[in-house]
Amino acid sequence: MNNETLVNEPARVIAMYRKMLVIRAFEEAAGENFFAGNVRGSVHQYIGEESIAVGICENLRDDDYLMSNHRGHGHSIAKGAHPRAMMLELFGKEGGTSNGKGGSMHIADFSVGMLGANGVIADGCTMSVGAAQAIKLLKQDRIIVNFIGDGGINRGPFMEALNWAKVYELPVLFVCENNQIAATTTTRLVTAGEGIAKRAESFDVPAVTIDGNDLFEVDGTAARIISEIRNGSGPQLIQAMTYRLRGHFAHDDAGYRPAGEAEAALKNEPVARTETWLLENGLKQDELDRMRAEVDAEIAGYVEDAKQAPWPHPSLAFTDVQDVGAPNVPEAAR
Amino acid sequence: MSEMTYAQAARLGLQEEMRRDPTVWALGEDLGYEGGMAGQYSDLQAEFGEDRIVDTPISESTIMGAAVGAALAGTRPIAELRFSDFAMCAVDELVNQAAKARYMFGGQARVPMVARMPIGIRGGIAAQHSQSPEAWYTHVPGLVVVTPGTPAENRGLLKAAIRCDDPVVYMEHKGLWGAVGEVDEDDQSETPLGVARIVREGSDLTIVSWAAQVGVAAEAAESLAGEGVSVEVIDLRTLWPWDRDAVMNSVGKTGRLLVVHEAVRVGGFGGEIAAEVAEELGVPVARLGGERIPIPFSIPLEEAYKIKADRIAARVKAMLA
Repeated sequence: MNNETLVNEPARVIAMYRKMLVIRAFEEAAGENFFAGNVRGSVHQYIGEESIAVGICENLRDDDYLMSNHRGHGHSIAKGAHPRAMMLELFGKEGGTSNGKGGSMHIADFSVGMLGANGVIADGCTMSVGAAQAIKLLKQDRIIVNFIGDGGINRGPFMEALNWAKVYELPVLFVCENNQIAATTTTRLVTAGEGIAKRAESFDVPAVTIDGNDLFEVDGTAARIISEIRNGSGPQLIQAMTYRLRGHFAHDDAGYRPAGEAEAALKNEPVARTETWLLENGLKQDELDRMRAEVDAEIAGYVEDAKQAPWPHPSLAFTDVQDVGAPNVPEAAR
Repeated sequence: MSEMTYAQAARLGLQEEMRRDPTVWALGEDLGYEGGMAGQYSDLQAEFGEDRIVDTPISESTIMGAAVGAALAGTRPIAELRFSDFAMCAVDELVNQAAKARYMFGGQARVPMVARMPIGIRGGIAAQHSQSPEAWYTHVPGLVVVTPGTPAENRGLLKAAIRCDDPVVYMEHKGLWGAVGEVDEDDQSETPLGVARIVREGSDLTIVSWAAQVGVAAEAAESLAGEGVSVEVIDLRTLWPWDRDAVMNSVGKTGRLLVVHEAVRVGGFGGEIAAEVAEELGVPVARLGGERIPIPFSIPLEEAYKIKADRIAARVKAMLA
C-alpha cells in the first residue's frame, strides 16, 4: 500500500479504519436483520467498498454536499449521518432518518450535507450539477461529491451531467465506484469503448483511475482533487476500482459469479488491508480487537434500539407531502 | 394599469421576483438571445447575467434534475422546458425526485422549484408540440399544477409559483402568448394558488374550465345569454389543488356541471372534478374534452380536434333540456 502521505498520521488512519468498521458492522447487521424479517424491502450492502466512502469523505467539510445512490449506507455514515438513526430507518421506525418514510434507499441527513441516497440510477448526477450551480450562484466555497456506480455510466443523465458540469465549470467531484457488476450483469459486457474514465475525458473532465480498496490511495487522491476543485479546477472524476463482496442486495446470493471469485477477492478487501497496515505500523492486535468489539457492540446497541423503537403513527404517512394542496388524513389514520 | 400580453406579463412577474430575491434563477434552452419561445425571458439575461438566466444544452433530464438539486441546495430555480411535450424527457426527475424528495427524506428537504412547460394548441405544430398533459401531474403527490388563463394571472400566478416552497408544474397555454389584457404594475401581490376565478356569473349551469379553453367557454356563455340561458363560468387557474369550495358553491347554486378542457377527455382532469361533484352533490355532470387522438397538423384536422363554442352551447342546452 502506498502510505507515504499518511505515515505520520496514525491517529487519522485509525479514525478512518474505525469508520470502515462501523460501515462493515452496520451492513452485516442490516443483512442479518433483513433475513430475520426486521428489515423489509431491498438492502444494498456496501461490504468490500468501505475505503472509498471513508477515504473521500475524510477530505470533505461538514458543509460540503454528497449525493448518493441505492447503495448509500456507507456514503451516509462516512459523511456523518448517525448509524443509530439509519438503523431505525431500516427498521421503518420513528426516529429513523426519515421517520420510516424512506427506508434503506432514501437515507439522508441534510444537517451534514448528505443530500440523499437515491433509488433511480444516475439521477444523482443531474441533481449534483444543479446543487453545484446553486453553490456557485450563492458564492459558497462548498463542493459536491456525486457517487455513481459503473452500471450508471450507461444512462443518459450521466453523460448529460458530465457535459453540463464542464460547460459551467462546476465544483463537482464524480466518484465512480467501479465494482464491475451492475446488479447481475457484468458491466464490461454491456459497455462500449473503454468506459468510465475515457467518457469523462471526452468531455474534458479530468479522470483518474485508482485502487479503491487502498484506503491511502483513495485518501491521497481525494485530498489532492478536492482541493483542486475547491480552488476552481472545475469538475473531475475519480474511478475507484473495487469489488462487491456480496450480491446486488441482501437476498441475492450472486450465483451468477464464477466459483471462487468472491473468495479470491477477500484477500484484497479494504478492511483487512487497512488492518494489515495498522499492525505493520505499530498497532497491537489486542487494540485492534478492542476497537472491533466496541464497534460491534455499538451497532448491536442500535439494532436493539431499533427493535424497541415505536412504529411511526399512521398519520405520519400523510405529512411532508406538500403544503399547497396537502393530503387529507383519513379517519382511520388519525 | 397597462395593457400587455400573456408572455409580457409573465416576463414582468419573473423580473420582479428576480429583483426581489437573488436566489431566483432560470435555466433552459434559448433563454438569452431568443428570450424564450414567446419572449417571456426577453432581455432578462442582460439584466441578471448568464448565471441567473442560464442558456443550457438540449438536456431536458439535466434541466429538470439540476433544478431539483439547486432547489435542495438553497435556491429557487425555474426550469424552462419550452414545451410540455419536451418535458416528458424529464418526467423522471420531476416525478421521482422533485415530487418525492421532501417526503422520502422525512421532511428534511424542500424543493422550491418551478417546472415551466407550456401546453396546448398554438396552431400548426402538430402531435409533439401541442399536447395538454396537465392531468398527468395532478396524479402525482407532491406537485402543484398551475394553468394560468390571462395576462394578469400569468404574472400573479408565476410570482406565487416562484414563492411556493413546493415544486410547481407551471403550464402556460401557447395559444395565449399573444393574448392582451390589463395588468396593474403597481400591484406586486401574487395570485393565490388553489383559488378559482368566477369569470362570469350565472344561475342555470356551471362550466368549469382552465387555460385557453376558458375563453371559448365564455364565448359560449355569451351566446347562450342571448337565448336566455344563464351560465356561470369558472376558471380553475390551479388544477392541484383545485378550488373545491368555489366549484361546489357554484354547482350547489346552479344544479348542473359541465367541465370543458382542451386535453383529451379520457383520463382528463375533468373526470376528477365531475366525479367529485357527482359524489358530493348528486347533480347531473358532464365533460367535454378532446377525442383521444394526437393533435393533427393540417388546419381542418386541427380545427376538428378543438372544442368550439357552438359545441359547448349545444351541450349546455342538451343538459338543460
